Amino acid sequence: MKAKLAWQPRGTVYGALLNLRREFEQWAPQMHEAPYKAPPSAPVLYVKTANTFAADGAAIPVPGPVRVGATLGLIAGAAGEPTHAVLLDDLCLPHESYFRPPIRYRNRDGFLVCAPQSTPLAQLTLQTLQIAVRINGALVQSVDLATLVRPALDLWAEVSAFMTLQPGDVLMLGSDCLPDGKPLLAAAGEHIELSAPGLAPLAHALVEEHA
Amino acid sequence: MKHARIAWGGAIHEAIEAGGALELRTPALRGRRLSFDEVVWLPPLAPTPRARTILALGLNYADHARELAFKPPEEPLAFAKGSGSLTGHRGFTLRPEGVRHMHYECELAVVIGREARKVRKDDAYDFIAGYTVANDYAIRDYLENWYRPNLRVKNRDTCTPIGPWLVDAGDVPDPMALRLSTHVDGQLTQQGSTADMVFDVPTLVEHFTSFMTLYPGDLILTGTPDGVVDCPVGSQVVCSIEGLGSLENTIVGKNPIQPIPVKR
Repeated sequence: MKAKLAWQPRGTVYGALLNLRREFEQWAPQMHEAPYKAPPSAPVLYVKTANTFAADGAAIPVPGPVRVGATLGLIAGAAGEPTHAVLLDDLCLPHESYFRPPIRYRNRDGFLVCAPQSTPLAQLTLQTLQIAVRINGALVQSVDLATLVRPALDLWAEVSAFMTLQPGDVLMLGSDCLPDGKPLLAAAGEHIELSAPGLAPLAHALVEEHA
Repeated sequence: MKHARIAWGGAIHEAIEAGGALELRTPALRGRRLSFDEVVWLPPLAPTPRARTILALGLNYADHARELAFKPPEEPLAFAKGSGSLTGHRGFTLRPEGVRHMHYECELAVVIGREARKVRKDDAYDFIAGYTVANDYAIRDYLENWYRPNLRVKNRDTCTPIGPWLVDAGDVPDPMALRLSTHVDGQLTQQGSTADMVFDVPTLVEHFTSFMTLYPGDLILTGTPDGVVDCPVGSQVVCSIEGLGSLENTIVGKNPIQPIPVKR
């Protein structure tokens, strides 16, 4: 019997910021102020570099509290169209400003934990999908893809209008804040689980980073 | 040694520069020489097992920071790019219709040679495989103040020419003292020296590897000096770095029927 290798991204992983309505609306009042001066008109994107890729079950070293980023990643097939989806925990260090690129906050080693298996999109209903987030076994968040600012395929189309998503590239749909507008934070010693109907779940721990 | 990656004769080949020609390294054809004009130049980078990390610097030359009305940053201002935007020497870069300001950025590109994690500045050069020239085009019309410079400005298909050569680090005695220049249609439009970087290469390697591991083949595009100008369709843009070579690129429009101009 052949052992099945855990899924890992083969291509470049892109993330979308402010793509959940609750967080977008919370930011809306300050979007016209400096340094932003205007709301974003195009999707706000970032790259999760390969050093961030971590496997299901990993213990991720963190220098302090991290923001948990439960999200769904769409995976590009051979023709550059999305064919599969996978659960991901897109971790970042909390940052107050969205003005400058977030490399130091989002691109740390291990900051993208990947579920072990992807699922064909044909088996999923993205519009109603909800991702349950548990910390130390307690349900702390439900991310509702019905509340995306740009629905999954609209986001895909808008992004691929200027950069082709190559086979194996991943586009993450965005992560949400809590109902009170605060980020979902977790700390070393805690255990995080993501699950959603029809998708392979993922679990990982956070541990203290040694200086 | 100068390494190239080319398409020729129905396949992709590694080649080296030898006597003003390209010498193939492919076992079956090893030693065969080709002229620069008879091949298609690809980015001079071997494939990586996972996505290549590409980090690019903004405002890393004090004069360019002033040109764009910023004071130089206190820590490196870096953004990440996907490898889908890379294209080779003598390639074509698309200028979208209706754009008012699209400019080149001639940059020293550093190619990582071995796994680099928590590297100290003094050891940084041990982790570098070599250097090449990158042209990190930007379309300023699309600038927005969210994770700026945003990907729509900086991560477009065809918009990051790189090459022609990967020059071994051992053949570049002082990467922090190289003259850079850009010519558009034969006119000198940009010049500077890598000596004027705000954060030099060892500092950048130390900074990035303090929180992220870099792997062989990963790239750092180190920013561009003063002197960027708008490049209309048809522009022949040549970015040169002393000792590394000249990276040629042509700006083309969207019209797929229009023949692509090749002035050589």
